[in-house]
Amino acid sequence: MTTLALDATLGARPAPRERTASLCVHCGQETAGGRFCCAGCEAAFATIQALGLGAYYQRRLLDPALRAPRPEIQEQRSFARHLRTDARGVHELTLAVDGLQCGACVWLIESVLARAPRVLTARVNMTTRSLRLAWRGTPDQADDLVARVEALGYRLVPFDPACLAAAQDRTGRALLRALAVAGFAAGNVMLISIGTWAGLAQGMGPATRGLMHWLSALIALPAIAYAAMPFLRSAVAALRAGRTNMDVPVSLGIVLVTAISLVETLRGGLHIYFDSALTLVFFLLAGRVLDHRARGRARATAEHLLALRAGDVSVLQPDGTTRRLAQDSVAIGDRVLVAMGERIGVDGIIDRGQTSLDASLVTGESLPVAASPGAQVFAGTLNLGEAVTVRTTATGNATLLGECVRLIEAAESRRGRFVVLADRIARRYAPAVQIAAALTFLLWWAVLGAPLATSLLVAATVLIITCPCALALAVPVVQVIATSRLFRSGTLLKSPTALERLAEIDTIVFDKTGTLTEPTLALADVAALDPAALRVAAALAATSRHPLARALTAAAGPAAPAAGVVEHSGQGLSHATPAGEERLGSRSFCGLPPAPAPTPELWLTRPGHPPCRFAFAETLRPDARAVLDRLRAGGLRIILASGDRAGAVGRIAAALAITESHAELSPPDKVALLERLRAEGRHVLMVGDGLNDGPSLAAAHVSASPATGADVSQTVADVVFQGRHLRPVADIIETARRARSVTRQNIALSLAYNVLMLPLAIAGLITPWLAAAAMSASSLIVMSNSFRILRGDRS
Amino acid sequence: MNVILYLIGLSLLLGGGGLGVFLWSLRAGQYEDMEGAANRILFDE
Repeated sequence: MTTLALDATLGARPAPRERTASLCVHCGQETAGGRFCCAGCEAAFATIQALGLGAYYQRRLLDPALRAPRPEIQEQRSFARHLRTDARGVHELTLAVDGLQCGACVWLIESVLARAPRVLTARVNMTTRSLRLAWRGTPDQADDLVARVEALGYRLVPFDPACLAAAQDRTGRALLRALAVAGFAAGNVMLISIGTWAGLAQGMGPATRGLMHWLSALIALPAIAYAAMPFLRSAVAALRAGRTNMDVPVSLGIVLVTAISLVETLRGGLHIYFDSALTLVFFLLAGRVLDHRARGRARATAEHLLALRAGDVSVLQPDGTTRRLAQDSVAIGDRVLVAMGERIGVDGIIDRGQTSLDASLVTGESLPVAASPGAQVFAGTLNLGEAVTVRTTATGNATLLGECVRLIEAAESRRGRFVVLADRIARRYAPAVQIAAALTFLLWWAVLGAPLATSLLVAATVLIITCPCALALAVPVVQVIATSRLFRSGTLLKSPTALERLAEIDTIVFDKTGTLTEPTLALADVAALDPAALRVAAALAATSRHPLARALTAAAGPAAPAAGVVEHSGQGLSHATPAGEERLGSRSFCGLPPAPAPTPELWLTRPGHPPCRFAFAETLRPDARAVLDRLRAGGLRIILASGDRAGAVGRIAAALAITESHAELSPPDKVALLERLRAEGRHVLMVGDGLNDGPSLAAAHVSASPATGADVSQTVADVVFQGRHLRPVADIIETARRARSVTRQNIALSLAYNVLMLPLAIAGLITPWLAAAAMSASSLIVMSNSFRILRGDRS
Repeated sequence: MNVILYLIGLSLLLGGGGLGVFLWSLRAGQYEDMEGAANRILFDE
């Protein structure tokens, strides 16, 4: 029953809950009877009612895939260090909010904070899941405000400055500005052009026509100079590097059309083409903006990882003061102070202080891990609790993170430069068009004996009519539609070339843990356990955030947390009862003789009962077998490559009917395996989730990682998919193949249009209105054809 | 035909005004939280 609450499949509607147990009024999780599951929820409910915000419960929509808003006891933390204070004494603080469910949460948080004294602004951003707070008063008030929100069941963490920079998204804004300018200018110039064409048909005088042309030029020139910059810059960069890309013919077309139109305006000619140039720029920018939006979130992760390698660290001096030093200047053995919310900058061992760490960057485990003196910590880990001192054991490139980044860079440089389809076509297309224009000029000037100006104009029309508007749209429109289709089902395409590379693959290499199996462990053999022992253990475990404790509570079903449980960091939980002490934790913590453990385990000891063992095992993703069968049916070769022991790998391979499996592979071994496959001429998709998969993800032709994976693997992977299911892997390959065929049709369509129009242009029969109509028509055909990717989605 | 000068000037002014408002709204950060904005209209403050 509780496993339903863990179903995190996006796109699928949450399964209806069975109403056998009563649900907590506040957090919606099952209770052991009664209206509330815990004292925290009861207090949150009372607070909300007292503030007159009870409407929250009618308005909200709880998503079972997300963390329920159950208040948890937090360590005492100080936020004063993270705030900015301006000259007028206004303090400002930006916090990441965990547990946002829907619009009602935004309303609740903002309303609660607005009722707090001296608060000036409290605004939640749902897209970036952050809260911006401004208040007038003392800096210490931060802790009180945070406590108010956390008492409702949310969790606040100081916002990482790296994320803050990514959230501002300068490129996206610049593109939108350019789009707005192009749209404004295109609309106005088009209106004037329609007036001119109508006037030409009805005998408009040359003076009026000149006025119209000058007006168009006045609007178009500055607009093109501004809005076409993204294409011009990219084209110039490509030419400097001695390559061509699609932006080269596009830029050439835009510049030529503009220049010819300007010359025609100056000499009082009949035809100008500013509207064509502006519409082209507008369509292309629209594609870029959509593309940028779709990949925004993934890009933030990538920028994030780069930012992690920068930052300074605070080194404790012998006299007790701290000094900010660059990561590289920290010596081995130096003691480094890590404040709450700060990334640890070095590898080391905790010297002093108790805290909880977010090690998702390194392990992929998203639940905070408790850490106490003596614990090994790695660079890139986020300190969620109190300040700690860390004794440095490695810095800079010698850290685990640095080592991994180095391996990834090495693998990526071997991957070489993948040339996208559009660029391969542009390489042949651009010279062909230029030769056609040159031949047209020669034909009119040398063969037909036309005046120089007329010959030049006809040659220019050839360039205008063949300006690859539809061709330049053919690929990005498909990309945008396919990307947003995948995005809606919870899959992020990070690399712009990923789709094309995905369409080519013929082999898939899977990692085992966290990829074919679920990222969290599950309690094994629940049926064989003593139900009474399980109940007692669940009551203890319900008070802890430890992954094993979570797995235990998930398997045991609803349980009221026992009162007065003490958590011993890294060892277990103890609970004093009238009969004696109950303990849940590691073998040694429960006072049992040491013995090797084949699987992760927890022990329960209580007075008057024999010790009870809870073993945890990996479970396959629910649809792993079905998806692999579907992939095999699609003609793909499936390989399992794991760092785990042969026995465990063999069991999984047998369960999934995988004939080719490799066990006990180190990260370099995996890279070697991929290199071998590449040498055989195979195109490999690598699916993996761990830090150790980072290098092989980079070495594969294309790579995918589950969203539960380590940040490193998500950063390197071309595709990141969410949820408990493996189905997205099959979906992306299918979408990629469909996208490839639609792209090819688009290219064929736009080339066919050019072949049809070219003779008209060479014959000098093209007028501006014909050019505008033909260009828009071909663009619309290409766009509507692209929407066929979505075919079958509605069923 | 002099009216054309006023009308074109007026239409450009109106269009330019729209562009100005859009650029202002972009600068004011109104496109930073599209998801939140869609939800916010459901709740009276």
